Amino acid sequence: MSLRSPLSKVLGRGSAGDGVGHWWVQRVTAVALLPLTLWFVISLLGQSLQSYDGMRGWLGQSWVAVLTVLLVLTLSWHARLGVQVVIEDYVHGKGAKTTLLLLSTFVHVGAAVAAIFAILRIALS
Amino acid sequence: MNQRPLSPHLGVYKFMYTMSLSILHRITGCAAAIGFLAFVWWLMALASGPESYAAAMHVLSSPLAKLLLVGFTFSFVYHFCNGIRHLVWDTGRGLERAQARRSGAMVIVASVLLTAAVIWFGCHAMGYSLTGAG
Repeated sequence: MSLRSPLSKVLGRGSAGDGVGHWWVQRVTAVALLPLTLWFVISLLGQSLQSYDGMRGWLGQSWVAVLTVLLVLTLSWHARLGVQVVIEDYVHGKGAKTTLLLLSTFVHVGAAVAAIFAILRIALS
Repeated sequence: MNQRPLSPHLGVYKFMYTMSLSILHRITGCAAAIGFLAFVWWLMALASGPESYAAAMHVLSSPLAKLLLVGFTFSFVYHFCNGIRHLVWDTGRGLERAQARRSGAMVIVASVLLTAAVIWFGCHAMGYSLTGAG
């Protein structure tokens, strides 16, 4: 027995009212994040975090800046998709759900833009 | 309006430990997202100049911040390890009950060990002594 209506089955949509695009992008960003985060954590932990000049010098290197921009873009996108699913599953009021989804999108886009601005400011200074 | 139940229906299943790993994936994912915001704040401080970076590092040296950093570290590491488990499942492998239980145990052990390793090297990178009283 299925709890889903025939129309719902045909459309292939879940509680988000959306198709498989979300699911797929979540996986693509997850796969991209495996090497990116692994590289970033290992590289960051090799630095002397208390040294302002040292950290600026490290993040100012071209390839470190490029990889960190990629990391920030991919991570914020992946996080935005994941938080979206959690909100869609556990927040049931239409108004509250829409408000939180909007807020989450604004925060993630804002964080990504701020991080990229910071990296470029360091790398291009 | 359509009143059919939508997933997840959390109350209808008998509890198994793999379920708690599943919900922990979501919880750690949300915690890691908050940790990402803290990371962006730190990046902005680094870009703003030596004074703001020193102020940020001072905030990060407080006991509450250290506790949060340990929490963010575990959240990220667990989400990373269990995320690999999910990606393997997406290929159709490892879905048998015994396999899922075994991979779940592996994720827990790996998460604890890797969290300890990141904290160890993180303390060195922060200049904290782990052996002496400093």
